[in-house]
Amino acid sequence: MRRSLINRDFLQKTTVNSSDPLIKIRNLHFSHGNRPIFDGVDIDIPRGKVTAIMGPSGTGKTTLLKLIGGQLRPTGGTIEVDGQDVHKLSRKALYKLRMRMGMLFQSGALLTDLTVYDNVAYPLREHTNLPESMIRRLVLMKLEAVGLRGARDLMPAELSGGMARRVALARAIALDPMMVMYDEPFTGQDPISMGVLAQLVRRLNDAVGLTSILVSHDVEETAGISDLIYVISAGKVIESGAPEALQGSASPAVRQFMGGLPDGPVGFHYGAPALSEDLLSMRGAK
Amino acid sequence: MHTRQLEITVGAFMAAGLVALFFLAMQVSNLASITAGEGYEVTARFDNIGGLKVRSPVSMAGVRIGRVVGISYDQSSFEAVVTLSIDPAYNQIPDDSIAKIYTSGLLGEQYVGLDPGGSLESLEQGSEVMLTQSALVLEEIIGQFLFSRAEENAISDEATAQ
Amino acid sequence: MLDALARFGRRGLESLERLGRGHLLLLQILAGLTSLVTRIGLLIAQVHSIGVRTTTIIVVSGLFVGMVLGLQGYYVLSQFAAEDSLGVMVAASLVRELGPVVTALLFAGRAGSALTAEIGLMKATEQLSGLEMMAVDPIRRILSPRFYAGFLSMPLLAALFSAVGIIGGYFVSVGLLGVDEGAFWSQMQAKIDWNEDVINGVIKSLVFGFVCSWIALFQGYDAIPTSAGVSQATTRTVVHSALAVLVLDFVLTALMFGD
Repeated sequence: MRRSLINRDFLQKTTVNSSDPLIKIRNLHFSHGNRPIFDGVDIDIPRGKVTAIMGPSGTGKTTLLKLIGGQLRPTGGTIEVDGQDVHKLSRKALYKLRMRMGMLFQSGALLTDLTVYDNVAYPLREHTNLPESMIRRLVLMKLEAVGLRGARDLMPAELSGGMARRVALARAIALDPMMVMYDEPFTGQDPISMGVLAQLVRRLNDAVGLTSILVSHDVEETAGISDLIYVISAGKVIESGAPEALQGSASPAVRQFMGGLPDGPVGFHYGAPALSEDLLSMRGAK
Repeated sequence: MHTRQLEITVGAFMAAGLVALFFLAMQVSNLASITAGEGYEVTARFDNIGGLKVRSPVSMAGVRIGRVVGISYDQSSFEAVVTLSIDPAYNQIPDDSIAKIYTSGLLGEQYVGLDPGGSLESLEQGSEVMLTQSALVLEEIIGQFLFSRAEENAISDEATAQ
Repeated sequence: MLDALARFGRRGLESLERLGRGHLLLLQILAGLTSLVTRIGLLIAQVHSIGVRTTTIIVVSGLFVGMVLGLQGYYVLSQFAAEDSLGVMVAASLVRELGPVVTALLFAGRAGSALTAEIGLMKATEQLSGLEMMAVDPIRRILSPRFYAGFLSMPLLAALFSAVGIIGGYFVSVGLLGVDEGAFWSQMQAKIDWNEDVINGVIKSLVFGFVCSWIALFQGYDAIPTSAGVSQATTRTVVHSALAVLVLDFVLTALMFGD
């Protein structure tokens, strides 16, 4: 009945040859209802690096993270994490794999009825039988790493958006996972907390040897901290490479996205008939 | 601490619910009067049981001593067979007692009353009450009343005619 | 015409699908009992937020319902000079019908809607997803304890309602209207049967607790994760629970007291 004091899997970060990519996505297809979201995506996420997945809003970046985490099932293709096909795992094995994945949700997804301290302690209490004194030490260390040790007694409702995300980050790394997935960590942040978060992502990645997957459309911040960028548009990877290489890309779509140009291959207008035609037609008039 | 307070209120809540159930058992329902072991059963045959129901009370001298647990109809003798369950505390009922069906109040429900006989033998599990008196059926009483009035009138008519 | 038929068919298919999801969820929730045994603290916390916090409204409503039953019953029974049966009338209506049914309706309004809103908001704010990604099963960890707490609380609440209602009826009939105290209790005890009346009432409230908790949790878990979606789900919880309770009450009554 008693679980071992600490699960062996947490300690053992890499089980397969470390030069292999941690995540291998092959020919991924996924559609939401009748709307295709991914149409043959191949992505390799190397170990120990910060990999960014970028693209305009609505390209299914969050969906990609949910697919990696096994919360959604692809309609075709495979996703391998650390050598295991996520969608072929039994429920138990999937949960075991998830213990080694951290995920930072856009909203933070903190449990609103628990304090900051209890939120960070939550995964430790759920998955280990560590004594309370040990949990306290671990929680304070994680909170220190995100600079919020002083906020441990606050409730999530009392935190600003940026602080909530940092607490969520502390919780995501509570079990010392092998990877952390960040879902739009910079959205809706002021420049200061954006900078703080960007630095945290980078520092954590380097200090603990994490693999980080960053989903974002904030070009500047993301390009500043990532080692490798994939740009997704219209269900396909249209470009990949180091940030500098992407800035000088020949592809007009990538140039538009990286440069923030309002019109280009991704049109400013949502699909519609020509304006003159629309104004003259009587359709929809009462 | 906080959890302790929580546990106390939950404990109080559950205790209150159980007390309420206990109240329903002892004060509201008949659980207090159903004694363990259900009592011994005797049968009685009636020509007519009127409105007697299963669970109707069985009493002696107005004191409740048991209840009706079964009613069936015997096709061979055209009689109703009523099974009475009697509290084992009352084990000194003479076996020649008379079972009668009474009505409590004018329109009240009917019950079985036992009038003691003089025998030295007592009723026990499985024995039968031999002497019974059926329920009074209102229509029959009225019918008898009218009939006797008519008869009386006929006699007095005869008397005046003579 | 054909369009209307197609819409009707689509609605039917959607309802069936929803029903299927509901039953799957129920199975998963029921299976959560195994992990609840080792973590009884979760259950206690939920009995507190579901049962204890509903007690006030149950006690107050029970008291007034009992008092009204005393008054109304007196006016009817006194016409037949049968005031002595007032206790029976009050107790029978409470223990058999009003206790379980009114408690379930109040429970759906007070605790059920709160459950739906809580689960729906947890879904909308990605807390459920977050738990899943922390390798914590939200059904076992969040839904199961709430379900069993509702299932357990309901009969206790219904018993409280009936008991308080009978006491309220006692105050009105004996204290206010001058019904004989001895007759009030003795007639009640003579006519109310433990097995037939009280236990059947408890069975009813167990069924209602099961159904109301299930509906509330499913509506929350299946809610569209937006403010509008959660508010619709909350409304649906109250409406569906009320309908389910009333229909089931008829069915159960027919089965229990039919002969």
